[in-house]
Amino acid sequence: MDSVAALDPVMLARLQFAFTISFHIIFPSFTIGLSAYIATLGVMWLATGQERYRRIAQFWTKIFAVSFGMGVVSGIVLSYEFGTNWSRFSVVAGNIVGPLAGYEVLSAFFLEASFLAIMLFGGNRVPRWLHALSAVIVAIGTALSAFWILSANSWMHTPAGHEMRDGVAFPLDWFAIVFNPSFLYRLAHMLNASYLTAGFVVLAVGARYLVANRHDEEARTMLRMALGLLIILAPLQLFLGDQHGLNTLKHQPIKIAAMEAHWDGKEPGDFHIFAWPDEKAEQNRFAISIPRGASLILTHDPNGLFPGLKSVPPQDRPPVKSVFFAFRVMLGIGFFMIGAALFGGLLWWRGTLFRTRWYLWVMSHSWWIGFVAVLAGWIVTESGRQPWIVQGILRTADATSPVLGGALATTLVLFVLVYGVVFSFGIFYINRLINKGPQGSAIEPPKSLGGTLASAGDATREAVAKG
Amino acid sequence: MIEPHLPLIWAGIIGTAVALYVVLDGFDLGIGVLFPFAKDDNERSQMMASIAPFWDGNETWLVMGGVGLLVAFPPAYAVIMPAFYLPVIVMVLALVFRGVAFEFREVGGHKTLWSIAFAAGSTVAGFCQGVILGALIQGIRVERGAFAGGPFDWATPFALVCGLGVVAGYALLGATWLVMKTEGPVAERARAHARLLLVVVLVFMAVVSIWTPLSIPRIFERWFSLPNFFYLSPVPLLTALTAYVGWRALEKNRDTAPFVASIGLFLLGYAGLAISCFPYLVPPSLTIWQTAAAPASQAFMLIGTAILLPLILAYTAYVYWVFRGKVKPGGSYH
Repeated sequence: MDSVAALDPVMLARLQFAFTISFHIIFPSFTIGLSAYIATLGVMWLATGQERYRRIAQFWTKIFAVSFGMGVVSGIVLSYEFGTNWSRFSVVAGNIVGPLAGYEVLSAFFLEASFLAIMLFGGNRVPRWLHALSAVIVAIGTALSAFWILSANSWMHTPAGHEMRDGVAFPLDWFAIVFNPSFLYRLAHMLNASYLTAGFVVLAVGARYLVANRHDEEARTMLRMALGLLIILAPLQLFLGDQHGLNTLKHQPIKIAAMEAHWDGKEPGDFHIFAWPDEKAEQNRFAISIPRGASLILTHDPNGLFPGLKSVPPQDRPPVKSVFFAFRVMLGIGFFMIGAALFGGLLWWRGTLFRTRWYLWVMSHSWWIGFVAVLAGWIVTESGRQPWIVQGILRTADATSPVLGGALATTLVLFVLVYGVVFSFGIFYINRLINKGPQGSAIEPPKSLGGTLASAGDATREAVAKG
Repeated sequence: MIEPHLPLIWAGIIGTAVALYVVLDGFDLGIGVLFPFAKDDNERSQMMASIAPFWDGNETWLVMGGVGLLVAFPPAYAVIMPAFYLPVIVMVLALVFRGVAFEFREVGGHKTLWSIAFAAGSTVAGFCQGVILGALIQGIRVERGAFAGGPFDWATPFALVCGLGVVAGYALLGATWLVMKTEGPVAERARAHARLLLVVVLVFMAVVSIWTPLSIPRIFERWFSLPNFFYLSPVPLLTALTAYVGWRALEKNRDTAPFVASIGLFLLGYAGLAISCFPYLVPPSLTIWQTAAAPASQAFMLIGTAILLPLILAYTAYVYWVFRGKVKPGGSYH
């Protein structure tokens, strides 16, 4: 017990928060995008009267309900963890972060919860237009929620509009606080990431049905709608990410130095495709690099200079490896997304999209890429802010609560167990809903023998499921 | 002009949010407490269906309470959360289990497993809330503005009794909700449960009302000094009257009145505790004025609250209206 109590409370508090917030972000990054998709389907159904839109909307609404539930409960945890794990942060930053979180609750959480009820259970109780409108309101609510929480988070990266008195931040200008320098970049990047995440899930499910010769009509609609969106948003994300990066260079140059594993600011920076940053030796090992690539990206000049990690003492540097590798994971997935979306667009244009089975097979197995990219992106930005919890104002090590290591270790184990169970079942049930597919679909006219058998199989499956 | 009153206004807003939470999530947590006493899975589905459209909105008031404390009284938030670290974490974990149970139980094949998760999660969450309440009334050790106690300071006999009391109270709210919102055997059994629970809750209220003034002189002073005694005597009298009205309503087979009476009991008990503790947010050392956030922060948030809170109440009421009426056996909103 002594050894448990002696565990470093700062490390444990960080580990616990990292675990719970990483778990949480999986769900919003999916539900923000998915709610917008469901709302679009609802509006399309109203506008065109085509039944398939309603069937697809109903199908995704079930999946949305399961994911949203997990997002809600893991979010409640966070609203209390600021106090249980980071009470000194709450004192120092409470005057600023508190109201931003408060606006999130008042403007978004109640809205989402109430109209979600109508969206899920109100189909037979409210007019059709109000049911569709509820989905739109839920989608707006999720985006509003992102607005406020990203404003609070951005303030922790680029604090503005405040003054420090006796070590506590006091607000001076709320507009400057809400629209702090990194906020709009982060908001655009994250919202787009959510739409991409959901887009690739929808694409994957559509592709999965086509590969399996099931739900042909719905699958084609899903594929077309997802691809149409991804062709625009995937390249857009590269632009938004680049802009966000330039903004970070301006306000948090050491984070950029860690992302690029750039040690010496007196030399132009290479872009390392791979490297092993050695933090003790202050250099990279096994580097495979594009000479001056980082300088070109960040300063638009191959000879351009930007600050290196060595420009600050080691205790002021973020953990280089996690930032460096997470950035590469995000970047790699980003380029894969662009390639997948544009290639899919090419197939669509040539009219072979629904027949190119290898492409559909690859896409059907790519549902997870958005989630990993989002997690990697958050690791880049949050690890990259270390050792600060609020950049330049409060160090993470000074932000913890007076809670003993033993208590933190116990609850960390509980969190891992509970979330492990909940997550496993959640994924299992979502997969089962996807296997079941959209319900109530008419058997399509046979196009080929394969199609006929598949449709017959579908009908049997549905009959069994209903029975 | 309004600035000196901001802490009081915010104490009122948070007090209202917590009261709304206790009553609203109280009845749906109470359904979980009553879950093991249902006859079969169909009955349990009917019970759950009666709260499915409401629970998420209800639970949002808990977030509002927590975040409201951070908004308006950050130093109090920073003391209370570490002081009740274990019960708070156990409570949110319990809420995770019972929250996901709503959807998991519908879509999955493991009905029994998620029924247990729902029942246990609801009961544990209610118990933890009661423990936190009781321990808060007894007071938190604070030194230089920070929590200075141990991880198990909250585990007192009084706090554990409060935990049981809140579980019983939630069960009473849940039972009377079922009387109002369901038909058939579920409603009948709920009526019998409600009668029993009404008595149990009154016993708990009496125990807490006697225990607190006897063990905490500050609370004795508040209630039994003159002229306070005369001003405050309506609280216990109204409580007795409300309990009697609730009892009669159950005997006369009324549908709505028992639920209203249960809410009345809760609010009176809540008022009693507020009277005992005011003006301390963290008894016995930190008042609402000592822990108030910057006036600029309280004011900024007050503007939003003044605009958004009426809207929230309006569309919350609308949702309750959309899902009005009773859930039949085997029926659901799905």
